[in-house]
Amino acid sequence: MKFIDEYRDSELARGLAYKIAKRSTKTIRLMEFCGGHTHAILRYGIRQLVPKTVEMRSGPGCPVCVTATADLDKAIALAHLPDVIITTFGDMTRVPGSYSSLQQAKAEGADVRIVYSTIDAVEMAQANPGKSVIFAGIGFETTAPTIAASIIKARRDKIKNFYVLSLNKLTPPVMKVLLDSGELKLDGIIGPGHVSVIIGSHPYEFIPKDYGVACVISGFEPLDILLCIDKLVEQIEKGEPKVEIAYPRGVKPAGNRKAWQLTERVFEIGEANWRGIGIVPQSGLKVREKYERFDADKAFSVTLKPPKEPKGCRCGDVIRGAAMPLECKLFRKVCTPESPVGPCMVSSEGACAAYYQYGTLENLQVF
Amino acid sequence: MCLAVPVKIVFIDGDEAETEIAGVRRRVSIALTPEAKLGDYVLLHTGYAIGVIDEAEAEETLKLLEEIASLSEVY
Repeated sequence: MKFIDEYRDSELARGLAYKIAKRSTKTIRLMEFCGGHTHAILRYGIRQLVPKTVEMRSGPGCPVCVTATADLDKAIALAHLPDVIITTFGDMTRVPGSYSSLQQAKAEGADVRIVYSTIDAVEMAQANPGKSVIFAGIGFETTAPTIAASIIKARRDKIKNFYVLSLNKLTPPVMKVLLDSGELKLDGIIGPGHVSVIIGSHPYEFIPKDYGVACVISGFEPLDILLCIDKLVEQIEKGEPKVEIAYPRGVKPAGNRKAWQLTERVFEIGEANWRGIGIVPQSGLKVREKYERFDADKAFSVTLKPPKEPKGCRCGDVIRGAAMPLECKLFRKVCTPESPVGPCMVSSEGACAAYYQYGTLENLQVF
Repeated sequence: MCLAVPVKIVFIDGDEAETEIAGVRRRVSIALTPEAKLGDYVLLHTGYAIGVIDEAEAEETLKLLEEIASLSEVY
């Protein structure tokens, strides 16, 4: 497959691994923000390819994982309302909320459907005029434009029974929170490739400027990630942190302006509730007043019991990179992909799921 | 969630396009990438093309990787 296979070439990977090993003298700590990177790093054995001087931590870039339990509870409560169809992306249905999950709600008779795209959710609304179709919209900047596009389409086609529960989140503000907390002392960040396709590289400029931390945006194939690590090591060794793009075939410095303008037409920036982090101002997207009849938060009201977190689950710490999956007592013992306790084991992008699936003794070791 | 795969545009119909990857065809929205042309590769994310792949940059990256590999003493 073009633009995939050539970036998986093992000879070229060896060359890069050799260059990184030769260049790296300082002990450094990198964080891959994106859950897609976490999986690629574990799947292709990249941790074994880089020298011991390079420590890698997983970050909060898994939309399912960072969805707060309270927000999940709200989606489950909405699912139990009469004549409501809840639509969402696959992993969301299996995440345990405080008292139930969307999957369990479905088993109890609620109409919960997995969609591949917001287009499917809008079509479902058209096909079910007697029902209210709510899309539980999770995701980062990559997905937000597709949700905005669905609201614009619903408005244009005069679809009156389509709603969005906006749980969208923004990446630069949460990076700032992590850097401010000082919990991790990072030297470099592997920037999220597909978020950056939309927002470009400029929003990360504060990372080297205010924190002296290197930031290189990476693609998702193994050679992309190795090239990104190579650039990060180079910057850190030289003591010249900056924002670089190691994925220029996908990411332009200005991003996809059209897609972001569309997002801003429908959404305004507001606070968001992050699992493991809490409420972060200016880190979420709310439906603008002009489009409020599509806003599930305005159209429906549900009463919620106070949220409670699964006992012993360290997903919140894993999301911040403060704990490795193996440091959680439940990991692989009580919490498995078949019977997940927290979202980090459910999601195909969750760090616990990645470590469970691809972990070897070497890359499971706690630094 | 932020998964996006490169697919080739084989037919354009307004703001939708027929795309192909490894013989699998799929209709996608190109509303977010109006600049996409027939034959372009786009990054497909949840039914939408979110960006057009820059083929010249893709070549450049590969050249750079080959150069790095050729300079490594392991060979």
